[in-house]
Amino acid sequence: MHAVAADRQAVSLARRARPDIATRIGHLALRAAAALSLGFILLPLVLVIWLAFFRQEIPSFPPEGYSLRWFGAVVENKSFVGGFLLSLQVGIAATLIGLALAVPASLAIGRRRFAGRGAVNTLLLMPLVVPGVVLGTSIYVFQIEAEIATGWPILGSTAALVAAHALIVIPWAVRLVTASLAGFDPAVEEAAKNLGANPWTTFRRVTLPAIRPGIVAGALFGFVMSFGNLEMSLFLVGAGRTTLPIAILQYLEWKIDPTVAAASVMQIALIGAAMLVTDRYVKIAQVV
Amino acid sequence: MARLELLGLSKRYGDHYAVKSVNLEVSDGEFVVLLGPSGCGKTTTLRMVAGFVEPSGGSARIGGVDITYLRPWRRNTGMVFQSYALFPHMSVAENVAFGLEMRRLARPEIAARAKEALRLVRLEAYAERLPRQLSGGQQQRVALARALAIRPDVLLLDEPLSNLDAKLREEVRIEIRELQRQLGLTTIMVTHDQEEALTVADRLVVMADGEIRQIGSQRDLYERPADRFVAGFVGRSTFLDGRVTAPGEFESAGGLRLKCHIDGALGPAALALRPERLTLNAAGGLDNRLPGRVEFVSYLGAVLELHVRLSPADRVIVQLPNRGEAAGPALGDTVEVGWPRDAGLVFAGQANAGATEERT
Repeated sequence: MHAVAADRQAVSLARRARPDIATRIGHLALRAAAALSLGFILLPLVLVIWLAFFRQEIPSFPPEGYSLRWFGAVVENKSFVGGFLLSLQVGIAATLIGLALAVPASLAIGRRRFAGRGAVNTLLLMPLVVPGVVLGTSIYVFQIEAEIATGWPILGSTAALVAAHALIVIPWAVRLVTASLAGFDPAVEEAAKNLGANPWTTFRRVTLPAIRPGIVAGALFGFVMSFGNLEMSLFLVGAGRTTLPIAILQYLEWKIDPTVAAASVMQIALIGAAMLVTDRYVKIAQVV
Repeated sequence: MARLELLGLSKRYGDHYAVKSVNLEVSDGEFVVLLGPSGCGKTTTLRMVAGFVEPSGGSARIGGVDITYLRPWRRNTGMVFQSYALFPHMSVAENVAFGLEMRRLARPEIAARAKEALRLVRLEAYAERLPRQLSGGQQQRVALARALAIRPDVLLLDEPLSNLDAKLREEVRIEIRELQRQLGLTTIMVTHDQEEALTVADRLVVMADGEIRQIGSQRDLYERPADRFVAGFVGRSTFLDGRVTAPGEFESAGGLRLKCHIDGALGPAALALRPERLTLNAAGGLDNRLPGRVEFVSYLGAVLELHVRLSPADRVIVQLPNRGEAAGPALGDTVEVGWPRDAGLVFAGQANAGATEERT
């Protein structure tokens, strides 16, 4: 009887060790599908990066040779450099403002039960759903009316641009902060209070460290979205001032040399580096 | 360490009372367990003592000082949560030191007291670990050390063992009880597990529907339950519905005439019988002897449990101790069930009260 049981165990072990043909085909198909999707996503990126190093002015395949001259052209181009600086300023300011609004909002949504909680949550995510052109137009119209009503120089000001960009940051920050809050046991905050921590200390010492990955990821994504925004900014920048995406668009109206590709590569490298550096301190993968 | 008094403490949500006028005194160093089914108000009561729920009425005092509306961080209570609630980003030592830091003690004293608390729960060696690197039992011991380190006036335990597996539960339970005794801590524990409650408590408080049904020792609750609910919740009882027809005479719904305890009031009533107080085919001297048919047999190791039908409407549960005899009664056997009149408890007019009782 024991021998029979042992045999059976051996058989089942063997089965587990060597999956049957169907399972193996399934695994292969899954890997192939994953590789295909990844390739589909990466292909344009790879092409842009490749293009940035072409020597000739008119992009054509195969390349006549390789060169770094387009990167020099980017740095020498005043409107690219000015656009980059403006985008950087606006992105950072909008991210800070967006976070200052999104973190308290997320805490309220994630921790408290109040009437209209679902509606508030949806409202905060709305800017993600409304097409950029629509958002840009409506903010533009609003700013005209606001300027007429108050007499302040709102239209085309950096402050107004920052305010609009904060709107793009908020949904990302809210989404990611509420996500990190969802996995956090409210009893932990109660434990802190029970041990003598007042609400502010509880937030600083217990809640904040717990939602930090969400905040960092929200800031990063919000910044990237603001930095790359074109449609809305088109309506809102002042005369003679451009953000980087607008500078790139304007350049493309006249030329299609690889300078634009080089600018994109620099942008990709910058954002990629920011993500890698951030990931060293906070595991973004935990929340995204 | 101090005496805790709850005076008419209530919590109302709309017109529903989660806790209704709870009066309870816990003496210095006493271990009191609040026992009841889920939703009975025991956790709300505990959370009012901790300050997380604001009472709608009544008051609470610790060491004679009114704390009814004091914010949680201004009370000196030590709470242990069901989910451990350790700070995930802090080491074990930092977790235990947190409450001491909040009390602005000097660094050397914080270190010394944190170490002492960890020694009490035998986890000194784990001081530098993060909570997630510990087992559930160890995490709950850290939570206990964290609550003990602040030398609380009252220790509050909110189902502290529910997330542990059975073996560990017993270990941690004994550990909690020994520490509580050793430190002389005034303690309230909330649980729905009666075995847990019976093994640790000095005194038990049975709650149902937001109210205290009975306060007493283990023996009080078991031998003299205050009502039908307690009789069904603490230990097991079979209930026979019927009426008291004359002093000491009970007539069941199925028409059985039974002798019962003399002080039951006349009128509708329920007769509660503890399964282990009933005997089968006993030699003599019993007030009640009734023939019945065995409908269900269950071998439980220490006891043999039988369900015996006495009439179409009456069925009783009988537990026979395992004395190493050959096979006991089998399914379908006719047996004689007997019990002395004092074994039956009569609860007047409570035909359908109670949530967890066994029905016939």
